[in-house]
Amino acid sequence: MAKITFDGIEVEVPDGTTILNAARQIGGGIVPPAMCYYTPLKGSGGKCRACLVKVSAGSAKDPRPMPKLVASCITTVQDGMVVENTINQQVMDVRKGIVEMLLINHPLDCPVCDQAGECSLQDFAFEHGVSTTRYEEERRTFEKIDIGPLIQLHMTRCILCYRCVYTADQLTPERVHGVLGRGDASEIGTYIENIIDNEFSGNVIDVCPVGALTDKTFRFKQRVWFTKPVNAHRDCKTDKCGGRVTLWYKGKDVLRVTARKDEYGEVKEWICNECRFDKKETSDWVLEGPAHINRASVIAQNHYELPVVNPQVIQDLPESTTRELERNPPLRLGGLN
Amino acid sequence: MGRKLLTEHINVEGINTFEVYRKHGGYRSVEKALKTMTPDEVVEEVKKSGLRGRGGAGFPTGMKWSFLAKPEGVPRYLVCNADESEPGTFKDRQLMSKLPHLLIEGMITGSYALGARTSYIYIRGELLYVLRILEKAIAEAYAAGFLGENILGSGYSLDLHVHPGAGAYICGEETALLESLEGKRGNPRNKPPFPAVQGLYARPTVVNNVETIAAVVPIINEGGDEYAKLGVGKSTGTKLISACGHLNKPGIYEIELGVPVEEFIYSDEYCGGIWKGRDLKAVVAGGSSVPILPKELILKNVAGENRLMTYESLSDGGFVTGTMLGSGGFIAMDETTCIVKNTWNFSRFYHHESCGQCSPCREGTGWMEKVLHRLEHGHGSMHDIDLLVSVAKQIEGNTICPLGEAAAWPVAAAVRHFRHEFEWHVTNPKEATAPGAAYRGKAVLA
Repeated sequence: MAKITFDGIEVEVPDGTTILNAARQIGGGIVPPAMCYYTPLKGSGGKCRACLVKVSAGSAKDPRPMPKLVASCITTVQDGMVVENTINQQVMDVRKGIVEMLLINHPLDCPVCDQAGECSLQDFAFEHGVSTTRYEEERRTFEKIDIGPLIQLHMTRCILCYRCVYTADQLTPERVHGVLGRGDASEIGTYIENIIDNEFSGNVIDVCPVGALTDKTFRFKQRVWFTKPVNAHRDCKTDKCGGRVTLWYKGKDVLRVTARKDEYGEVKEWICNECRFDKKETSDWVLEGPAHINRASVIAQNHYELPVVNPQVIQDLPESTTRELERNPPLRLGGLN
Repeated sequence: MGRKLLTEHINVEGINTFEVYRKHGGYRSVEKALKTMTPDEVVEEVKKSGLRGRGGAGFPTGMKWSFLAKPEGVPRYLVCNADESEPGTFKDRQLMSKLPHLLIEGMITGSYALGARTSYIYIRGELLYVLRILEKAIAEAYAAGFLGENILGSGYSLDLHVHPGAGAYICGEETALLESLEGKRGNPRNKPPFPAVQGLYARPTVVNNVETIAAVVPIINEGGDEYAKLGVGKSTGTKLISACGHLNKPGIYEIELGVPVEEFIYSDEYCGGIWKGRDLKAVVAGGSSVPILPKELILKNVAGENRLMTYESLSDGGFVTGTMLGSGGFIAMDETTCIVKNTWNFSRFYHHESCGQCSPCREGTGWMEKVLHRLEHGHGSMHDIDLLVSVAKQIEGNTICPLGEAAAWPVAAAVRHFRHEFEWHVTNPKEATAPGAAYRGKAVLA
């Protein structure tokens, strides 16, 4: 076990945990944002640089600070490590810069994008960005591509997190898409036009942090904030699919089916394409009740719950620290007020 | 002229063949190391020599070697980074094409020191003709018993392979190089783990520059202490400098570290001064990614002392008034050079070569290039100049690999020292964009 201090809050986590996951144990507004890291996907992370934090003491043995900001999603904790996130101005400034970099080639077409409302980039920009742009040049654009009858790829919106590539690598037998090209000409593609065809391909839609990969059976059907999430399950015969999903209702109609996600937008269990695309009748499912959504989001102000600091961590703290923390930004709920 | 340790015999006819090379004292270091020294003693000699990485970072080689993890029963690798593609740097190409056996000799001695049974030379894809020279030389070394099973009856065996890249600058970054060598897309890895623990095929690996490995040969032949006598302070030995730009005698010079920059530029022994009798304007001292310095600051530091060609002297003053020795790509620019155009040119290179993996570099390099293009073509505004500095700062230090910094440093330094010239492009666009136009005003020194 390793004890680390994150933004002044102590937390004990098993050795080998990353700083980001240690922060998630604490929860609340101090958790660094993650645009490319995805816990269920091995090897993901380190690319978007959104989660950079300052390590002001490396470990109890070697308390020197790390010279550069480190990506918290891939840096593992050391006993006695002291990490600064929201309390460090440099980190906040750099994060603003990262938002700017991710947005300069993003079309900002949220009003017509299906991901709006549950988009990681939208949330990230909303919390850390600035409202003006300094970028005057033409933005990078691509044609929309149908990769199979069920998924559409709109590269213009892509932030190259590589999540869909890892998903295809780790979930399905043969990956047919990958990153082509270099630098800002990189793109996700199948090289020679090809379709992604296997029973778990739909999961790339769930892992996509932006609206680059969308569900063609749901495109333009409804804004997500007008739909009501309900947890449900069915006895799915597909190997490795548990059949536990979230149904998104508008009135009596199931408009789309997704995997269940946690508060950080990470899929809890992968689901197969049959569950996702073919079973859109209430009679196909056993309903469990409304889905509990507690992620901070642009639309969370209305009907999603805001994230709170894990109460267990707070109980363990001396009262004086708790009082102090309540006045401090990390405890302000979600940073959305 | 100072001593030459690497290039002494470079002009001997047929030195690229095993026979001639051997006649001129070649492969002595292999005999000495394998017959009279233990691997640890070889590492110790390299440590004593004070040799520092010649690829750009200048990290002490002996120390790097001693960091190599040595778990039982796990193979280790020595990989030679011959992916020399930094604009302004062309020393390794010459060394390999003229003296292929020197590199091979260094690889054998180095591999022996590290306990590697298989070693690789990762060569830049554009240097295919050098690859053929190396392959021929390797075949000769196999035939002579210096490679393969049981070298010189010592019981030590080594296989050496040359592997070409596919034309990406980023594959000169050591972890991207290893990815590429494994047959994957050349994206730099997240560190840690460092290659010394998990490198090629997730095995402990040392990646060294061509010149670094070649320098092991004289170190073993003459002893680390002898080698350390050359040079100044912590910059020991000799260094190949590839000088280019507006010089009377551009070319590759093997210098003893510690030669004054002024002497290097102006003396007839080296570059012979600036061409056409013109005045020097600026110097990029160590390949395109190090900060550019105006004449006044490259010849003397802020304290008025002569700058020497050493790691320490060139970096005196940090990045405010100093630069780096880097890989030894010495680019001199005369008074007719347009710094804005030059910066745009460098920036275009980094934009083209960014791997696109992490966001600050992928988006930032392109952005800087576009702003510089605007400035150079007379469409810029004053706030574009500050924008450049700001974008460079947003990239620097926040990327996975050093390419981000390599792209940001030259831009930041050019604006720092030649801000007047950038402003001149904004205020007098017509004059500034005329063919051959160059600003003749003063540089900003501090």
